[in-house]
Amino acid sequence: MTSKKWVPYLLLAPGALWLAIFFLTPMFNLGATSLYDPSGSLESGYVMNGHVGNYADALSEYWPQFLRSFTFAAIATVLALVIAYPLAYAIALKAGKWKNILLVLVIAPFFTSFLLRTLAWTAILGDNSSFVHFLQNIHILPEGGRILATPFAVVMGLTYNFLPFMTLPLFTSLEKVDSRLIEAAGDLYSKPFTGFRRVVLPLSMPGVVAGTLLTFIPASGDYINAQLLGGIKNTTMIGNVIDRAFLERGAYPTAAALSFVLMAAIVILVASYVKRAGTDELV
Amino acid sequence: MDQIAGDLRLVSLRKEFGDFVAVDDIDILIPKGSFFALLGPSGCGKTTTLRMVAGLELPTAGQILIGDHDIASLKPYNRPVNTVFQSYALFPHLDIYENVAFGLRRRGVKDVATQVEAMLSLVELDAFARRKPSQLSGGQQQRVALARALINRPEVLLLDEPLGALDLKLRRQMQLELKRIQTEVGITFVHVTHDQEEAMTMADTIAVMNQGKVEQLGSPMDLYENPKTTFVANFLGQSNLLTGEVMDRGDFVGVKVWGNHIKIPASRVATTNAKVWVGVRPEKIYISAESNHAHDHLGNQLIGTVLERSYIGVSTQFIVEIPGFLHDEKIMVFEQNVDASEVMAGDQVRISWDPAHTFALDAKQDAYAGDVLAEAE
Repeated sequence: MTSKKWVPYLLLAPGALWLAIFFLTPMFNLGATSLYDPSGSLESGYVMNGHVGNYADALSEYWPQFLRSFTFAAIATVLALVIAYPLAYAIALKAGKWKNILLVLVIAPFFTSFLLRTLAWTAILGDNSSFVHFLQNIHILPEGGRILATPFAVVMGLTYNFLPFMTLPLFTSLEKVDSRLIEAAGDLYSKPFTGFRRVVLPLSMPGVVAGTLLTFIPASGDYINAQLLGGIKNTTMIGNVIDRAFLERGAYPTAAALSFVLMAAIVILVASYVKRAGTDELV
Repeated sequence: MDQIAGDLRLVSLRKEFGDFVAVDDIDILIPKGSFFALLGPSGCGKTTTLRMVAGLELPTAGQILIGDHDIASLKPYNRPVNTVFQSYALFPHLDIYENVAFGLRRRGVKDVATQVEAMLSLVELDAFARRKPSQLSGGQQQRVALARALINRPEVLLLDEPLGALDLKLRRQMQLELKRIQTEVGITFVHVTHDQEEAMTMADTIAVMNQGKVEQLGSPMDLYENPKTTFVANFLGQSNLLTGEVMDRGDFVGVKVWGNHIKIPASRVATTNAKVWVGVRPEKIYISAESNHAHDHLGNQLIGTVLERSYIGVSTQFIVEIPGFLHDEKIMVFEQNVDASEVMAGDQVRISWDPAHTFALDAKQDAYAGDVLAEAE
């Protein structure tokens, strides 16, 4: 019996080791870097002097980009939810024998790289694309108006790229809804929409929460969409700021502090969201 | 919606799924306030019939009348009908109170609290109002399902195999409870089951269904004592069915069974054909040693040999072989265990029964129709 006590730890060991080497250690380093004296550089080396001011500087200088990131991510999450919910509902409850084929189609974009797919959108939204010409012809877009390099393009890219992350958890939770419950709701005087609102929607909440988190979190930190589909003004997200601070300016302490602020902000937002969504309902 | 009231009538009701006829032009009258059972093996069309009344399936043809209103084309939520679903279909995200209140809230009824509390005490679940369905036992969930449907005071309550998931003892208890509640509320109950004992315990009237048709409709006693088809004779309890040929007809019909004369009251002969199945229930037969003439006055008698004798507590069951009968026409006899039986395996015996307990069916019917054991083989 005593030897069996080892088994759970043994099973945990590979994962724990992995996380210790590739997550905890870099986190610790990043935390330390965020407190270095910002006057140093990669070439001359950094002095560790517990410079908490890095955080204050990061926030005061880049709060508009933080705000923009969360706004873009929130809009993209809501759009993805609005698009993915009917899609997941149809696949889970109405598709019958087409279910598996449709699921493959949902994840089919993953067969090509994230970067390529986003680049493809530059063609779709480009100034000479038929989409833009169409919008100009029906006067939604003024003559010479652009889609590419606008916040709209970035949000569209984010919505598109994270749609499968919204669809799959929604599908999983909707598929578990027993169709007899929908019949029971109808039997108990619910019209189809009321039955949906009172029975199907509450039962799919775990999928809604999982899907919004899986979309919102990576979208908040994303920089590819803003870089490829955005412009110079009004589209820079915090991911781009961190990217440039690390790789272009070599401002390691600032970049590290920004990363930590982003992480903390996401944790706080997510925690309050999950609390409001009522975790005890989510099994 | 309130004015839709009265007897439930199914008129030439038919349901086809592709080429398969699930329900084949059935006509049934279910009087208001009665406890009615649709009894039959799986696939006989009983559940499809129920679902058409609930509005969950659209009939291919025919009418579903409550009083004078044809509800066949109404949506489920517009019918004064509620269902107790098989395996209950309770809403897992709502507590017991909200499950029971669901129908009232959808109709915007005012005094929800009073009604829910009254209903929960009717099914003895007051203490569980704030629990979730998953925290309740099967029997308790069953009562929640009943309360959730019943609280809406439907014209017709439909029960789809409501006790199927319960163990035997609990099922017996719930049978009596369902009957008590039905008597108390006076609502028409239509109960679908494949369990003949369940149907007979609770229902005032039973329709025995087979292959989409109603085989026979009547009170439990009527069906059991006077089956009109071999299916009913075998599906409700057990029957001895013997090859017979009608010799003479009068108040009593004389039938020859492999050289033996058997008498049957004319009213219990369900066919005009000469070739018949002669039926008698195993527990209607007295068995005694060949030398014992105590039951000679009953009228129908055969002499044979006991092949098997098995003691099963409440009764002793014998299988008797009669010389000259076909191999599979051995006679089953159930004897109540009042005293220890004088008859042992291998004994020569005299078996006797009253002509009034005999029935005759058309020999064209399959002698094994509805025989659960024979069909399983």
